[in-house]
Formats: sequence, C-alpha cells, structure tokens
Amino acid sequence: MKTLEKVIQSCISNGEKAFVPYIMAGDGGLNVLNERLLFLQELGVTAIEIGIPFSDPVADGETIQQAGERALANGTTLRKVLDTLADRSDKVTVPLVIMTYLNPVLAFGIKEFVERCVGVGVRGLIIPDLPMEESGMLGEALVDVDVALIPLVSLTSPEDRIAEIVSRAQGFVYAVTVNGITGVRNSYSETLEAHLERLKKLSPVPVLAGFGISTSTQVVELGAHTDGVIVGSAIVDAFHRDDLDLIAELVQQATSHIIL
Amino acid sequence: MVIEMRKGRYGKFGGQYVPETLMTALTELEQAYEEAKADPSFQEELDHYLRDFVGRENPLYFAERLTKLAGGAKIFLKREDLNHTGAHKINNSLGQALLAMRMGKRKIVAETGAGQHGVATATACALFGLECVVFMGKEDIRRQELNVFRMELLGTKVVSVDKGAGTLKDAVNEALRYWVANVEDTHYILGSALGPHPFPEIVRDFQRVIGVETRRQIVEKEGRLPDAVVACIGGGSNAIGMFHPFVDDADVALYGVEAAGSGVATGKHAAAIADGKEGVLHGAYMYVLQDADGFIQEAHSISAGLDYPAVGPEHCHLHDIGRVTYTAVTDAEALEGLQVLAKTEGIIPALESAHAVKFAVDLASTMSSDKIVVVCLSGRGDKDMQTVREALGGGTR
Repeated sequence: MKTLEKVIQSCISNGEKAFVPYIMAGDGGLNVLNERLLFLQELGVTAIEIGIPFSDPVADGETIQQAGERALANGTTLRKVLDTLADRSDKVTVPLVIMTYLNPVLAFGIKEFVERCVGVGVRGLIIPDLPMEESGMLGEALVDVDVALIPLVSLTSPEDRIAEIVSRAQGFVYAVTVNGITGVRNSYSETLEAHLERLKKLSPVPVLAGFGISTSTQVVELGAHTDGVIVGSAIVDAFHRDDLDLIAELVQQATSHIIL
Repeated sequence: MVIEMRKGRYGKFGGQYVPETLMTALTELEQAYEEAKADPSFQEELDHYLRDFVGRENPLYFAERLTKLAGGAKIFLKREDLNHTGAHKINNSLGQALLAMRMGKRKIVAETGAGQHGVATATACALFGLECVVFMGKEDIRRQELNVFRMELLGTKVVSVDKGAGTLKDAVNEALRYWVANVEDTHYILGSALGPHPFPEIVRDFQRVIGVETRRQIVEKEGRLPDAVVACIGGGSNAIGMFHPFVDDADVALYGVEAAGSGVATGKHAAAIADGKEGVLHGAYMYVLQDADGFIQEAHSISAGLDYPAVGPEHCHLHDIGRVTYTAVTDAEALEGLQVLAKTEGIIPALESAHAVKFAVDLASTMSSDKIVVVCLSGRGDKDMQTVREALGGGTR
C-alpha cells in the first residue's frame, strides 16, 4: 500500500474523514508555497493537492483559471514547483499530491518526471486529461514507486467503467461531484448521494469527493457519503485575498463536523 | 511519450486525452457513428441535404488564366467556396447535426475561428431546429464581425472568449468546458479533424466527399488522376477530406500548406508540423506549438481559420510516414495568392485557401504543361474583405 492510501486509511480507522485542500502553486509567488503547506498542515489537513498552472486548463473553473493565470505570470512551471518543493522544511510531512495537465509532464519526460517526484517526496498525481485508457505508460512508471496515480470518476461514468477504474486505483478515488469544471456551486445533482454510495461500495481504496465543494455545510453533506473531501476554489480564493482566518475556519469547521 | 496502440490512433498520434466526464459521451458518439455508417438511410439523408441544400456536387474548375500565369502544370480548383455558406465546413456540420439528432441530442455547442464553422453549424441548427451556442475568440470576433452577425441572424448564441489571445484555441477550451458541463443533452460539433477520438475520424469522413468528387471529376475531364493535390491546413479538415481518397495512389503527390504567419523563423506563425513538438492538446496527441515547459503557445496567422497551434492527428501521421509533404506560406504570400486568383480568374478565395493557391501556383510553375495540379479552394473570401483591406493599406496598390 502506498503512503498516501495509508495516511487516508489511518484517518478513516480513527473514525475521521479526510480533508484535502487544493492550492495553486505560484499564485502569490512560489516563495510562499512552502509556508502555505506548513500553514495547512498545522490546521490538520490530511494531504495537500498542489495545482500546476497550465496554458489551457480545460477542467478548471473561473477561480482556479484566474489563479493559474497569476501563477503563469509569475513564471511558474512544473519544474520550478518541484524545485521549490525540494527545498521545503523537514517540518512539512503531510502527503503532497500534484495536479497537472498531461502536456507539461510529456514535455518534462515521463521517466524524469517520476524520478523527480520520487526525489522530492510527492505521494500522488492527479492528471485530469489522462483517462484510464491513456494512462498505461505513466501507470507503469509508477508501479514500483511510492507515488499514487489517482483516478477521477465522474457522474457520467457507467457502473462497469467505474468498476474498472477503481480496480486499478491507488491512493484514493477522486469522485467528481458535478458534470462540469471546478468552482463554487450551490446545489448538487440529486443522484449524487446514490452515486457516491455505489462508488464507495465498489472501490477498494478510499473515495474523496471534489469539484464545487466550497462551504462547511457541503463538506459535511458530501463527507457523509464518502471518506472525505477535496476543497479547491474556496481555499484558492481565500489565499488570494490573504484571508487565512477563513481557511482556518473552513478547515476546522469541516474537520470537527466530519469527525462527529 | 504516451503511446497506446488502440482505436483512434494514427500511428502514435490521436487518442482520447479528455476529462473522465467526457469519456462516456465519446463512447456513445463512437457507437452512434458506427451505427449511422452502417445505415444506408443515414447516408441517403445526408446526400439529400448535400445535394439540395448545400448545392453539391460543386465544380472542379480548370483555371486557365492562372495556369498560363504559372506557366507550367494545369491548375484545377475544387470549388468548395461555392457551397452554401461559402466553405467546406457545411459538409461536416450537416453530418454531425444529423448524428446528434440520431443520438436524441437537440442542443449543439461549437467553436469557431474564422467563423465559417460557426456559420455552417448555425445554419445546420437552423435547418433542423436545434439549439446552438458557438464560442468564438474575442480577437476573431473583431476580425470576423459579419460572421458573428450571420450566426446571430441564424438564431445561434455567440459567446465571446476573452481568455488567452482570444482566438481558436481559446474558443475550443471554452467549448470543451461547456460540453463537460452540459454533456448529457448536448453534442459538440467539432469543426476540424482534431480533438479526441472519434472526432478526427468523423470529421474526415464527412469531408471525404471533397476528395471523392475530385477524383471522379478529374478522371472525367482529363482521363487520369492528378500529379499533385494541394490544400491548406489549420486543424486540417479540408485537407484530410481532399487527401484521404488519394492516399493509396502513390503517383499522386499530396501537399499540405500551413500558415507561416510572419515567417516560421520569426516564431509568429501557425506551422505546427514545421515547428511544433509532439504533445497533447484538446484531447489528442499531435504536433503542437509549445515551449520547453509544455505550455501551449499562441499561433499567429492573418487567416483566423488557420490560427491554431496544432495539426490534426492523421496529418501528423501522414507527415511521419512521408505520404504528405507539408510546407508553409506566409501572410504576405497568402495575400499575394488571393490577389492573383482574384485578378486572373475572378475568384476571391478565403485567406485560408489563398495559402494553398499561392503554393500551387509556385508548384505548377516548376512542372511541365502535361502535369495536373488540383487545389482545394476551401472557402470564399467575402468574410476576409475587411482584413485584406487593412493588410493592403486600404487599397490594392
């Protein structure tokens, strides 16, 4: 079992739910990345998803697109993010997950990228434009290393496809809770609960819900049907406005509610 | 490099690099398309609209004065510019609209660069009473204002995209986002031989009518196949439609003409085969204009329809195996091609097609008079008059 899954599993066996915030690397400058990781770790998050900005982020909503544009304007690249992570303090022990589109990985070179991830202690990868059919070469490169390839499952995935995706899953399964892109939303599809329950039954690894989760009420609602949640836009927006109290509040409310 | 030898691959190119939310829609589309292909009534219905609505078949025209001017091979023009809506794009839009209805989808989303695909799709949607949203880059809206008006007259909602450079790439990004959010009742009519499988195949098959007619017509007129066939390439839909029926004819040389913008060496161009690297954009593995970090670069061309930083996967493969020769023509050369055709033949081509015309004239001039060159005249130039006028400084002198 890879480290990422172990950490989430131990969270679950303690009767807790996982809470994974997403941050955009380079938004606010790469020099604040490591201090943000430490800040989030001290709030008690389970793992941290680090987004790599991309020129054509087709799976991202407005908030994260804008954060990505700011990060690109700062000269942020996949290589520079990995270099920055390599310099983080020993105090940062929370598992780190990289979310990147595929092309920067191809430009880096799959083999070199995986070696670099291993070297800096990245524990998971989320690649939104790499469905299972196309993930062969990256999957093979990750077999013997402690980096999990986290698959996405969507509301539109039929049951036989879900079964196949989760059977290969490592770390956790990322349950996309809306048809659409990341961002703030008020309501979820009414079939969502049933979908999440079915997914949890099928999956041998933990199931975390993401996309469109922005309030502690939503965290509690979705947490009830999964092993935890990923919160992106709300965290990205709060960091951008430098509203650290809001982040602390969101994480603390969420984790305390989830524990109950 | 990610290479999976499976369906939807052209050599190592193609594939389905899309968010999971779209995978089911792509599978459904693939099944619906396979069924439609096997159903003679589908092709009959499409043929009916191509004949009575689009006006096919369109002529293969011997350009006598242009031939004299070039002073070499005979030049023939495949007149896609005479189609209803003024370009080859309608062939694909009609086919995909019929396919969408077969799948029970009555909402359509599309992207457009020059506006030709947007107008063609808006037209097909008006014809069949479908709801249509078209995403178009802000810069392209400026360049092709009248096409926006045409789409709106046809009942389509045009959404301006101000991200990036506001051109075709950005419009595709937004159309994909829209499709992801509305996939359950909406079909995406992709306009070029691009994107995830099965789009490159569907678009090619609907555009093959260009090459199929050309082949029959040249044999009728000249009693033999041409020595060379020339087409312009943005994403590559008119070119793949023209080339595909000739791919197995080893004696027919095929030439794809990319947009060299200000010149390939300047970096301001749209020539992805000349200057791109392998990578993934909009769901397919292709040659893509990108920097060392894998960020996609903006393309540059005077022609909005060629202003795209990649080339469809089948073209990438035809380049790799050496079956098609890809070359590039600059903005200035394309303007020259446009004026030459206007003055010698009374035909004002689209700026896209003018790239092919310019190369074909140069090519013909190096060949003997018993040779034959066919050019795909993919669209007419009405939409470009403002751009051309600006580029020529207000006049033709």
